[in-house]
Amino acid sequence: MIDKKKLPDQAKRRLVVGTVATVAASMYAPAFVRANSHTIKIGHLTPRTGFLGPMGEYAMMGATLAMEEVNASGGALGRPFEILFEDSVNPKTASSKAQRMVERDNVDFLVGEISSSSGLAISQVATRAQKMFLQTGCNSDELRGKNCSRYMFHLEANNSMYVNTIGREMLRQNMVKGKRWMAFTADYAFGHDLFEKTKRFMDANGAIFVSNDLVPTDATEFSSLILKIRQQKPDLVMSNLAGNSTTNFMKQYKEFNLPIPLAGADLNAVSIWGAGEGSFQGVWPIIWTHQVNAPSAKVFTESFTKRWGRPPDNQAVGDYLAIKILARAMQETKTIDTQKLIAYLESGVKFDVLRQREGYFRPWDHQLLFEMYTVQPVTGKPKNKWDVMQTSAPVPGPNESLEVLAPTAEQNACTFS
Amino acid sequence: MAIEIVFLFEQILNGLLMGVYYLLIALGLSIIFSLGGVVNLAHGAMFAIGAYLMVQITELTGYGFAFICAPLLVGVIGMVIERLFLRHFYKADPVLSLLFTFGLAMIIEQALRMIYGASPLQFNIPDFARGQLILGDFMYPYYRLGMLAVASVALFLTWLLLNKTPFGKVVKAGVSDPDMVRALGISLAPVLTAVCGIGIGLAGLAGVLLAPISGVHPAMGQEILTAAFVVVVIGGLGSFWGVVAAALLVGVIRGLTTYFYPAASEASLYILMLAILLLRPRGLMGERMDRLE
Repeated sequence: MIDKKKLPDQAKRRLVVGTVATVAASMYAPAFVRANSHTIKIGHLTPRTGFLGPMGEYAMMGATLAMEEVNASGGALGRPFEILFEDSVNPKTASSKAQRMVERDNVDFLVGEISSSSGLAISQVATRAQKMFLQTGCNSDELRGKNCSRYMFHLEANNSMYVNTIGREMLRQNMVKGKRWMAFTADYAFGHDLFEKTKRFMDANGAIFVSNDLVPTDATEFSSLILKIRQQKPDLVMSNLAGNSTTNFMKQYKEFNLPIPLAGADLNAVSIWGAGEGSFQGVWPIIWTHQVNAPSAKVFTESFTKRWGRPPDNQAVGDYLAIKILARAMQETKTIDTQKLIAYLESGVKFDVLRQREGYFRPWDHQLLFEMYTVQPVTGKPKNKWDVMQTSAPVPGPNESLEVLAPTAEQNACTFS
Repeated sequence: MAIEIVFLFEQILNGLLMGVYYLLIALGLSIIFSLGGVVNLAHGAMFAIGAYLMVQITELTGYGFAFICAPLLVGVIGMVIERLFLRHFYKADPVLSLLFTFGLAMIIEQALRMIYGASPLQFNIPDFARGQLILGDFMYPYYRLGMLAVASVALFLTWLLLNKTPFGKVVKAGVSDPDMVRALGISLAPVLTAVCGIGIGLAGLAGVLLAPISGVHPAMGQEILTAAFVVVVIGGLGSFWGVVAAALLVGVIRGLTTYFYPAASEASLYILMLAILLLRPRGLMGERMDRLE
């Protein structure tokens, strides 16, 4: 028993500092379950805090559900899955935590991430360690292009796929040709890349560029920018924002109620739900929603809702699929050997990706190809707080190749070293 | 040209509004620190609790009752925290209270995350407050004008309380010489509890006002706390009007930077702080406090 009264001031201070540090460390410690050699260990990194935190929470829920389903059906190769979850706050932390997972925890695979900058950092660790990294939320084309790695597979769509998906819808709604457009862009790798792809599309289709403002990722207040939009009077406002910023922007844009259409080239269901019925507006691309009309999507939505008490978002799907694809790849190849698994995924094998059509990885850049969707506010009163959006039919249409949305090898060359 | 001036006026008004909202948070921080020497890093978390209570109580009882009730509840929570914990740190090294409130902020943020999840909650401006005031080329949402009015009244009442009442005299005396106040037989304990209640309640009010136009999520307190600290430092400790001037200055500078060069909007706060501290190390109107020198 420590008698605090007898401790000198410095020791008291150390005691307090130590206690606080212990409490702090325990709060942020990973959900860590000691593994045994029998289990297949997966290191899962994704931002759980910060502006991407809400999506990270869904990522974790999706991965957990998949792990539980895999384990309930006997695991892969008779071995249960075990996931070590970590919060990858920024690229530096993502890199050091990935390194620790690979070296100290001996994980077999790395899965997750949302930030493109952190995804690149994890990919470098994975490549050095020759471990597969199934990234589930990084959009930047560069990760599939000049920064590609043969150890990294992409279950998230790239920015070109997003831009081409929304671009088709905007062309259909006559929102592009001859229209003056302003952009607001998240000031990091993802935003810069998305803006570049958006501008390329808009320029190619006859839109007139007015301006692009870079917005810090932690910005919460957009009223000054909205007043600027009012002053510039464009025909269209394009958002290249991310995470919580998109929710805040939509709420405040609705508050000022400018009669200028809003669109964006990236959106998460979390942002739609955060904005809600009163504020969700515009037309946006999305990789998946709980409204997707496919048998496996409905089963997944039901299981997820039962497990977590709310429907899955688009991010949950990526992480769920990553674990399921790993399990199937191991079962089919009867190995956990990285090189053999890479060859299997590169073989063009098709997977149920919770959509109408099956998806597959392109062998030359490891991009998973799948149907995308667009969303806009539901007409009339939503039946509940989750259905404030209506999801389009799949893009591309049933008679088109899934390749049409993604960049070609000439547009985004990737060389696996 | 006339139109340009109107737009500039809109931006300045908008900056002032943001300043008033920083002020609601920064003023509480300043008076709690001035009187008790506690650096309350949990102040942002109290702002978040205000927003969450607003959402929760609105669902149960409607907007009007929640609007009155949520900031008061946050004030009561503030007083309970003061009685149970903060009072032990008044005479201690400020580092200890800083560590304690840092831990408290993390506990509150994680608790909100566990109860409500990391995603922002749906909450919007009530229908009666939607719409915009349009005067010629000038346009501004009613809700923000309402926010400005409510926040201004709250701040005016706080000023009255601190400057025109016997309670305020004790607070002022307590700030400059707590030992002398005690020597005169006046107990500072209930005054400190009340000051914490008021300061934290103001942060709760800021959360209530911001909830409909900003994302209500667990980390929302962190986002605002840094700006509030910058306001306190720029304004100078112990000065009501210093904090007022700093908050309005920060609001306008940040608003104008967002307008002219958004990428530097966050950096503008720190550049302003650096410039002011170089010219006036105690802030705009900071007073000398012997116990802090």
